[in-house]
This record gives sequence, structure tokens and C-alpha cells, in this order.
Amino acid sequence: MTMMDVERSQSAKYRLQVIDCDIHPAMTSWKEIHPYLEKRWIDHLAVYGSHLRHAFSEALSHPRMSPDAARVDAYPEEGGPPGSSLDLLRKQHLDPNGVEIGMLIPLRWNPGSQRNLDLGVALTRAMNTWQVERWIRQEPRLRASVLVAQEDTEGAVAEIDARGGDPNFTQILLLPRTDEPLGRRRYWPIFEAAVRNNLPITIHVGGTGGHPSTAGGWSSYYMEEHHMVAQAMQAVLASLVFEGVFERFPTLRIVIMEGGLGWIPSFTARMDKHWNRLRSEVPQVKRPPSEYVREQVWFTTQPMEEPGSSAALIDLFDRIGWDRLLFATDYPHWDFDDPRTAFKANLTEAQRHQLLYGNARTFYGFDQ
Amino acid sequence: MTRHVVATVDQIPPGQRLLVTLAGREIGIFNIAGEYFAVGNRCPHNGASLCKGRVVGLVEASEPGSYQFSRRGEFVRCPWHGWEFDLRTGKSRCEPDRTKVRSYDLKVEPGGALTDDTLRAETFSVSVEQQYVVVEI
Amino acid sequence: MTGNAASADRVSRYAGAIDCDLHPAVPGMNVLLPYLDDYWREMITVRALDRLNLSLTSYPQNAPLSCRPDWTLGEANKPGSSLRAMQDHVLDRYQARYGILNCLYGAQVFHSEDMAAAFCRATNDWIRDEWLNRDPRLRASIVIPAHNTELAVAEVERRADDFRFVQIMMLVSGELTLGRRQHWPIYRLAERLGLPIGVHAGSAYRYAPTPVGWPSHFVEDYIAQSAAFENQLQSMIAEGVFAKFPDLKVVAIESGLTWLSGFIWRADKTWKGVRAEVPWVTRAPSEIVRDHVRFTVQPIDAADEREAIARLVDHVKSDSLFLFSTDYPHWQFDGDSALPQDLPADLFRKILSENALATYPRLAKANQTMEIAL
Repeated sequence: MTMMDVERSQSAKYRLQVIDCDIHPAMTSWKEIHPYLEKRWIDHLAVYGSHLRHAFSEALSHPRMSPDAARVDAYPEEGGPPGSSLDLLRKQHLDPNGVEIGMLIPLRWNPGSQRNLDLGVALTRAMNTWQVERWIRQEPRLRASVLVAQEDTEGAVAEIDARGGDPNFTQILLLPRTDEPLGRRRYWPIFEAAVRNNLPITIHVGGTGGHPSTAGGWSSYYMEEHHMVAQAMQAVLASLVFEGVFERFPTLRIVIMEGGLGWIPSFTARMDKHWNRLRSEVPQVKRPPSEYVREQVWFTTQPMEEPGSSAALIDLFDRIGWDRLLFATDYPHWDFDDPRTAFKANLTEAQRHQLLYGNARTFYGFDQ
Repeated sequence: MTRHVVATVDQIPPGQRLLVTLAGREIGIFNIAGEYFAVGNRCPHNGASLCKGRVVGLVEASEPGSYQFSRRGEFVRCPWHGWEFDLRTGKSRCEPDRTKVRSYDLKVEPGGALTDDTLRAETFSVSVEQQYVVVEI
Repeated sequence: MTGNAASADRVSRYAGAIDCDLHPAVPGMNVLLPYLDDYWREMITVRALDRLNLSLTSYPQNAPLSCRPDWTLGEANKPGSSLRAMQDHVLDRYQARYGILNCLYGAQVFHSEDMAAAFCRATNDWIRDEWLNRDPRLRASIVIPAHNTELAVAEVERRADDFRFVQIMMLVSGELTLGRRQHWPIYRLAERLGLPIGVHAGSAYRYAPTPVGWPSHFVEDYIAQSAAFENQLQSMIAEGVFAKFPDLKVVAIESGLTWLSGFIWRADKTWKGVRAEVPWVTRAPSEIVRDHVRFTVQPIDAADEREAIARLVDHVKSDSLFLFSTDYPHWQFDGDSALPQDLPADLFRKILSENALATYPRLAKANQTMEIAL
């Protein structure tokens, strides 16, 4: 695809119609969730703050190359971090980019990874209410995700059941860097609750499980740390497959969010190949792993792969399955995908619409 | 080729930039320590506005772990994906031959010299005493 | 398909192959005794170290992957422990020109750096005497205690004059990511001696095999190897190993291969955004990989291997990256299908031997030294 094509697709007169599956809302200050927190936890946070399995309590030990991991142009004029201003979100993103529905994915505080499980549960409860009160009440295009403290299965399940009937919530949000691989049995009550409440589980990059980011130790640079999020997603998928989660919960739906796409066909082939060889170890897995993935797993498109060739990108989509791809921008983060320019491929209008809008509409049931 | 008067020099202080639209093109005018540069505003990668990016220096390395910093403020880093562009040439740091923004000829001239017929001052009138930033496209 | 003996009048389609991944098995610690000093010999007795089964967790001895069914040697013998069987099953059958031995034994994973160094040294001596000296087609990787750079360098230096040692082997998952500067004296020496760093699948299990913790099953550990390779390549690129050592080659052995497309796309894109963090990375990761990294072909993670290799060559824009391997006696393919049938002739030839000759400068030199020695 030449730059000319990109220009053409941008200037095309079609009306953008987008469902954005990954928008990160932020707080201007932590006091925003105080109304939804018990005093005990307000006091606790004031004294002890966050307590995670890494060196800084409130910063990342691989600092990003852009502050707040954000677009430099996404800082609100009135102050506050990127993603904290509804006004700017509307003006900079929802309105010009034709976003009809946007999913909120709150990441700050890392509630699911808090070592103090009670704090984690209290934070998820507060941040879930915050999503509705602070965002959705003012902006009906937005939808919330049920944050859960996955290491406290009971607390997580209670929160899922509490939000399950609320149409503001469209999915359950988990982070891949868990204490144990996500397919292990301690997490199964969460999958049960997801199925019971008919909510998909979205796994968005993040979490601090304490395990080194590679099997050979910690990486030095953000360049490495950014790369390996895709490998973490691979391990999550393998765990879900080989523990038999998909076999046990055939109606469970998983969304892998922001994990990249380029690895999916080779990885599912790798799982199939080694399942064939070693299936006597995992009799709970009845079918080739790629089949479970094809039927029960969806992937968000950001950060879009840029193989440098339209044909290679289309070949990749063919192999993953066009209907499995859900568009996401990651607004306001630095590796934002613009719906006009993200796909550097010669797509038909129908294909473009399917990716930007149609798939998510069907997947989340917005067409019903 | 048309010459456009886009600003007086003191409208763009050192370290600042100004976004102008000339003949339908968005162009960023950058003042680097008193020297002016004009480049296309649109990032060739995904279309972000380069004028909103941070201005940075050139980081090179003679070997791993050795950071050589030079040309302070002579690159603009795209506000989205962080691609760096040389304000002097418009070339991207990572793919200088493949990925670049258009860079435009720019001169600083006194008002008294601006008598050319082809000159266009789109937003203000020119006075003889002032110094002006003139872009040719 | 089932017979093992090569018939004299049959020319194998693999004739002249360079098999870059053969696994000789140390049958038991007793064979290493002659190569250990008095201290370690006594310790073996006192601590009964010889009763330890040092099969790596990465390769459970009886797991289907660890040995192809028609390559087993009976209950009493470890797969890969017989030179005769290796000759029958692979070297003679394929009429190979060279075969490179990668010995996956416990030596390099002991926590004690001294114990690791002693056993690595003994392993290399044993490989020399029992394998290299008994079949002129064989070459070997030097097994090193990678977690102690000084001892690792000493072990490489000890082998430097024996050109039959053509590579230095490190497990893909050890104590430090492979790009870290602590490892650099090893790479400096490797570059000087013309020894590629062979990074082999497998883990010293210092950490969980995945960034999300310890999986339940061996199959998950094994699948996670390709992720480990990706992360180590990214580590070596980001830390500047190839900027510092421009003649260094790395061979990814038993990595699965097809992940490479996704790797270069992601790594290139990331680099364009974060270049200033690692300014010594002056070229796209895909270009660095093309110049410095080679890959043995078994296993090929794909249902259609021919299509997979064609796609990879298209994506990486090079047909020089892939090296023939059988991964003997691991069970990666059946019959004689070590490479897909209908590869283009040029590509087949390059994979079979030419790429390996370009990768391992000592391969051909070893013959010369041996001729001189004779």
C-alpha cells in the first residue's frame, strides 16, 4: 500500500462508523473514587498506597517512552492526565472518529494485581461504580467493563454477579499477568460466573503477577517489555486451552485485547502440532487447540500489524478469521490506532466496515 | 512557486511552533534557537499532527550504553507513535529514505524586501520595519 | 519408510545435508568419570551424584516428543545414546555431509557454577572422544556454564583449537536474558573464533516458563519455547549485541520457526517508536535478524510446511536464514519428511547445506585441520 492509497482512504467520503473496544478512562485525582470507597480503604490508601509485585508502588519499572503511555496531544487543557476529560474524549476521539460505542478499560491502580486482596476487591467495586457514575451517566456512547480482583476468586465472582444484570457493563476485564496461568482451576469460578451472566471475558495487557517477563529473566528495556506482552497472551491462551477451560465452558467467550495479531496463526499451529504429539498428557483437550481458539476467542486489532505489504496483512486476517477481529484504538495511549489509517491494506468497504463496526456489534449483541 | 508570509519572527519564539495552512496544506513552522524550519504537519505514518509533538534532540550511540546527544531540539517526535523527524530535512530517523515529511524552503526577510508580485500575506499586512517568516511552496 | 539402513544404491534426497541439530545422549554419569578430577570423582561417590537422573525437565525422557518411536533404543538405553544408531537413523540414511551435536545434558543447569563448569568440561571431552573421534562427519557445540561468564569463557578457550567444535550452545532460558552485558565476554570470544552462539530450546528453570506463571503441563512448557526465543532475540537486539559484535551469528535451534513473521513485524514497529531508548539499534530488527540470526528448521510449526516456508521466505525477504535439521532423536516428523517434498530446488539446496556452510565458518576448516593432523 502506498502513501497515496492511505491518503485516498482518508479522504474518502464514507461516514466513519466505529465501535472502539479499548478506551482508557483516567481520574483527575484519586479522590474521584472516594465516594465509592469505604473509609477504611480511603485511610489505607492514604497511608500505604498501592502494593504490587514490583519495585515501585505507583510507577512502572520500565518507564514508557511517552509519559502516561499516552499520546502527547491527549492532555486536557484543564489539566489532569490523558483520558480524564470527557469533553476532550468527545472532541478528540468519539465525535471525529465516528465512535458510536466505546468500551471503557480502566487500568490505573491495577486492582486485580493488588497483593492485599481485600483492597483489590474494594478498588474494583469502587472503580466499577465510578465508570457508571463518572462516564456513562454523562455519555451514553460509553460502556463499562467489570473489573475484578482475580486472585480473590470469591470476591471476583461476587462483583461479576453484582454487575451482571446492569446493561452498562458489557464484559469482564482480566489482566494476563496473574499469579498463576489463567486456565488453572482456581480461576474457574470466574469463568462460571461469566457464562452465568452471559458476559465475555476480556484480557487486556497488564497486571503484575511477579513472574519475570521472560522465561530467561527480566528484560532491561521498554523495547523488550513492550514486545513481550504478545508472548504473555500466548501463555494465557495455551493455559485456557490445555487446562480444558474451553472444553468445560463451551459458551465462554474470550477477547484478547492489545496483544497483537501477527503471532496468532503460527501460535495456534504450534499448539495443534504439539497437542497432536503430546495429547496423552492432556486428555481433557478433545479437539485441536486451534478449533477452540477459532470458536471461542476474539482479538482486538490494536496495535495493528504493519508488515509493509497489503497482501501480507490480508493473508493474516484470512488466517485468523475476519469475524474474530474487533477494532480498538487504545485511546489515549501512545500506540493509538486511527480508524482511518490503521489498516495499511487494500480493504473493501465491506471488510473495513466489518472490522471497524460489524464484528463488535454482533459480538457484544448491540444488534439485538 | 509562491512565497507566503506566515508570521512575524516574534510570533514564533525559540522552541515554539506555529501551524499554518497554505494552499490547503497544513505546515508546521518551528523555531529552533532562532532558526526557522517548515515541514508538513501530517505524520506520514498515521496522520497525527506533528506540530503537537515534542521537539527533541538527536540521540546516537557509538556503542551500546554510550549515549551521544546532539542537535538539541532539531527533531520532532510524532505525538502518537513517537517517530522522529529531522526538521532540517523532513526525513524520519528510522527510515530516512522511505518515510519523510515534506520540508519547505523558508526565509526570514525584512518587510521592505517583500515586494515581489508572487508574495502572499494571507493573514496580515506587511510593514517595512518588521522581520517576516516567508515560506515558499 | 520404516527401514533404517541406507541402501548403497539409493541416493537420498538429503545427500550432502548438514544436519544442524543432533542430540547425543550421555548414557549416565559414569561415562564422564574419566574426565573429572579427583575432587569431583570423590564427590560423585560421596554424594552419589551418579544415581541422579539428569534428564532435563524440558525433555522428559519418555515423553513422545523426546524420542521418535522408531528411533528408540530399548528400555535400557537412552534415545540418542548410540553413535551406531545415529548413523543408521540419520547420518547414513540421509547421506549427510556433516552433523552438529547439541548435547542436552544436566551439566549446564546446576546452580553451582563450579559443578556446572566441571560437568560441562567433562561433557565436551566425552563428546570429543566418543563421538567426534569416531565419525569424521560429526561436529559439536560447546556446552558451557552460561551463568558464570569467566568459567564459560575458559571452557570455550579450551576448545578453541579443535575446529570440530563449531558453535557455543546456550539454553534459550537461563539466568539472565541473553542480551545482558554480563554475557558479552562470551560473545566477544565467539566472534573472534568464528563460533556462532547456538541458542537451543530448553530452560534452566530459574523462573516460570511463562510471564504468567507456571503452567500445569509439559506441553505448555514446550509450546512456550517459541516465546522464549522471541524474547531473547528482542533482548539481544535491544541490548546491542549485534552492534557491539558485528560478525557474531546466532542460531536459534528447535525454535518452531513460523513465529518469525510476527516477530519482525512487531519488533520493527516497536523500534520505530522507541528507538531513542536504544540508539545503538540503528537498523530495523528485521534487518538485524537477516544479517545475524539463523534458524534450524525442525520443528516447523505449521500444518502445511511447504506453504509455511514459502510464506516465511516472503516475509523475511531472504532464503538464507534456514538450516536443515532433524532434531534427532526428538519426534518432530515421521518417515523421511525432514523437509517438505516440493520446495523450490534452489531453496532446498540452500537449506540443506549452503546456509549452514555460510553460518559455521569452522565446518569446512575442521576437515583441513584433521587432514593436517593425519
